[in-house]
Amino acid sequence: MVGEAGAAHDVLVIGGGGAGLRAAIAVAEADARLSVAVVSKVYPMRSHTVSAEGGAAGVIRSADSLEQHAHDTVSGGDWLCDQEAVEAFVAEAPRELLRLEHWGCPWSREPDGHVAVRPFGGMKQHRTWFAADKTGFHMLHTLFQTSLKYERITRYDEWYVTRLLVDDGRVRGVVALELMSGRIETITAKAVILCTGGCGRVYPFTTNANIKTGDGMALAYRAGAPLKDMEFVQYHPTGLPFTGILITEAARSEGGWLLNKDGYRYLQDYDLGKPEPTPVLKSMELGPRDRLSQAFVKEVEKGRTIDGPHGPVVHLDLRHLGEQLITAKLPFVRELCLEYEGIDPVRQLVPVRPVVHYMMGGVHTDINGATPLPGLYAAGETACVSINGANRLGSNSLPECLVFGARAGRTAAEYATSAASAEPSTPVRAQVADERRRLDELLHRDGGREPISAIRTEMQQAVEEGAGIYRSADSLAKAADKLGELRERYAVARIDDHSRTFNTEFIAALELSCMLDVAETIVRCAQLREESRGAHQRIDFPARDDERFLANSLIYRSAEGASRVEYLPVTITRWPPAERVYGR
Amino acid sequence: MPDQIILQVTRYRPERELEPTTQEYEIPLHEEWAVLDGLNHVKDQLDGTLSYRWSCRMGICGSCGMTVNGEPRLTCATFLTDYRPGPIRIEPLRNFPVIRDLVVEIGDFMQKLPKVKPWLIRDDDTTAPDGELLQTPAELDEYKQYSMCINCMLCYSACPIVGLDEGFLGPAVMALAQRYNLDSRDEGADERMDLLSTAEGVWGCTFVGECTTACPKGVDPAGAIQRYKLTAAAESLRSFLLPWRSA
Amino acid sequence: MSANYTEFHPRWYRPRMSVFWWVGRRSYLVFVLRELSSVFVAWSVVFLLLLVHAVSQGGKQYQQFLNLSSNPWMLALNVVTLAFLVFHAITWFNLAPQAMVVRLRRKRVPRSRIAGAHYAVWALLSALAAWLIVG
Repeated sequence: MVGEAGAAHDVLVIGGGGAGLRAAIAVAEADARLSVAVVSKVYPMRSHTVSAEGGAAGVIRSADSLEQHAHDTVSGGDWLCDQEAVEAFVAEAPRELLRLEHWGCPWSREPDGHVAVRPFGGMKQHRTWFAADKTGFHMLHTLFQTSLKYERITRYDEWYVTRLLVDDGRVRGVVALELMSGRIETITAKAVILCTGGCGRVYPFTTNANIKTGDGMALAYRAGAPLKDMEFVQYHPTGLPFTGILITEAARSEGGWLLNKDGYRYLQDYDLGKPEPTPVLKSMELGPRDRLSQAFVKEVEKGRTIDGPHGPVVHLDLRHLGEQLITAKLPFVRELCLEYEGIDPVRQLVPVRPVVHYMMGGVHTDINGATPLPGLYAAGETACVSINGANRLGSNSLPECLVFGARAGRTAAEYATSAASAEPSTPVRAQVADERRRLDELLHRDGGREPISAIRTEMQQAVEEGAGIYRSADSLAKAADKLGELRERYAVARIDDHSRTFNTEFIAALELSCMLDVAETIVRCAQLREESRGAHQRIDFPARDDERFLANSLIYRSAEGASRVEYLPVTITRWPPAERVYGR
Repeated sequence: MPDQIILQVTRYRPERELEPTTQEYEIPLHEEWAVLDGLNHVKDQLDGTLSYRWSCRMGICGSCGMTVNGEPRLTCATFLTDYRPGPIRIEPLRNFPVIRDLVVEIGDFMQKLPKVKPWLIRDDDTTAPDGELLQTPAELDEYKQYSMCINCMLCYSACPIVGLDEGFLGPAVMALAQRYNLDSRDEGADERMDLLSTAEGVWGCTFVGECTTACPKGVDPAGAIQRYKLTAAAESLRSFLLPWRSA
Repeated sequence: MSANYTEFHPRWYRPRMSVFWWVGRRSYLVFVLRELSSVFVAWSVVFLLLLVHAVSQGGKQYQQFLNLSSNPWMLALNVVTLAFLVFHAITWFNLAPQAMVVRLRRKRVPRSRIAGAHYAVWALLSALAAWLIVG
């Protein structure tokens, strides 16, 4: 069902990807009387969940246990994970994946018909469910097609949410723009669930699609909800040069090797174990992503990487896997290498390098997806519960979308059932009018200076240089200054397209303002965390500091000046902080 | 200094013109650039008012379908150098109403898709499944090809029946129906037959076969539809000869 | 600015599909010719029935039929018909594997084999017919 303007719903889900669709289905199943809607700036099957390749982790082998999955996750996250949330997550992941199987997801199978699992980085047991190497694609399409069953779910396809409406300490709805016509409408809701994904486009080189601009994070931040752990940005070790297209970790879990310019499996020099001909769990190429990406940087410093036309790369060697295995288990990888590099991984080495892939940080939520702002929820990459801590293990984020999407949906449904509905109050109508003014001013701005693309490119450069894999007080301070300057330049930026019909330049301008906000939180949190943990590495503070920083950073927007950062101690239940051990 | 190449791009701004026009842009011809990279260069450096859809740039989200030199292509998986020395004509996908520039309205597809019930139809309760429904690799192979559809609409653009007949369900919708019909876990083939075995469904298809040629993911919707014709015909025959046997 | 454009729904541009939509593109042209070939298939069936009828009536009717057949227009029509028949058969056989998914011991029989089988049977039947008529 497609929505009408100026509508009212009980629960509004922003974002139609894995988490958003799962949340909407959860609301529809929780209470058939509730009116639930999904607002997405793209058609749901275009959501970035579709690009995920490798798999989704869930304990099903008898040799495996929830405890092992939880421990792998906690140590993978360098102990910054909320252990209570991790335990809940690992328990529900297999159930959610099974539910998806019953909804038709074409999981790859063992010969006897049971779901197959493959090894994955940082995991002690085989527990990653997969659908060839297009797991995200199959999961998203299964969720989308299943969601069509529920006529109660209203969809606003290609509508862009520009602001959350808050009154009397509660969320009241959103202001949204219909891309096709450019009209601006209010959609009221008792509960809003943010499932807008991450913000990889803040960086210049990323696996993320064009749409990953941190919109939901900025919406929550501007509405007064804190963002958590923003300094933790994951670089995936194997992206194709120039495009940044993801080559899944499954290529390594099926046995691929990473070689430097001497054909040497260099990861053995970085305390990740000894090279064996077949993959060893939690060792070498199956180590955690942060350590592998950091190893690349070190190899560059030592001059042992290969000089490619787009910068230094290392080689992913899949030749010894054989054509049959690659065709069966990694067909999409082969397609991508052939298409975008003109290379056949069956016979040739694939050039790869670390690429920004995932945001461990996001909107701060509790174990049920609730933010501190009543009526506001978040799930998926947008949210930070946190189950990923300082570094996410591969194949944990797809089940995260399902588990927390469902939880947020159920909790929001409960909240909406008991919350009183109200006509938009005067303050809300004032916020709407204010927002219309802001949008109209931007759209009709005459004689701005620089184009949006120029400011965006400079922002990306600044963030990469200042807050890349390795950071320092200096690099971060430079980035912070640059972002401040860019914010001022954004205020007088030029818009050439003043039309209303499908104005993508206008949307890009709005997305840029979200990215500027999010970039500032990344840099600020990185500046204040004076330690190295997981994906956040400080050259000036190379050690992990559990005394001061066994805590999540919470950043709140301030009306004036620098944002306010607080620390929330991590919930340690079963596993006291220990050394992260890989390869031994 | 790289070579240059000319893009001839369709423009349509409903607020000020009644019909589309063509605008030319000269861009650098880089070896690794896809047509989409060319369009992004135009938007970022030459003309910010050009509107088009794109997202993943790796051929999996289905957003960036356009007509390139008369053929329906994913612009992220089509390379500039293939059209050297140019010019390259870039138009919106055929058989769809044009909203703006290279953006077409796909609401028709979005409306038709749910009609074939593209979800797993089963009797049992899935709220707390005990274990997985078993499915052998051979059973998975039966429908796997049809599950690869990225909803890019290139097949709709290639199919003349879609252009001639508004009610025709179209290749992707029917391939997706088959994806579920052939899934060993599905029990809903009967429910889909009423709609598929009609003039708007498979019987409207005259096997032009262009949909399969255009499909960037090897789904072979034409094959899916012809196979269903055999199934539907067999079913009609059976219900005619043995009417007491429920399907 | 036409009256059809409203602020809340831009005027979509809907290009009209030309009656000659099939001319500009080779694949469409081949398709239309393929469909047209069924007319010639129908004619060849009619012609065959006429032949059978003429044979059954014997003598004079048969001679009349032969005279009709050797008329240059009829000859031209039948040559064109033969060409379309062969075209019809070839396109049909080449498309058949797309509609027929045959599995032998779990592997899908390759398309060339299925098409090949059609051609083989055609050759066999043609050889049989030739032997019956000539031999």
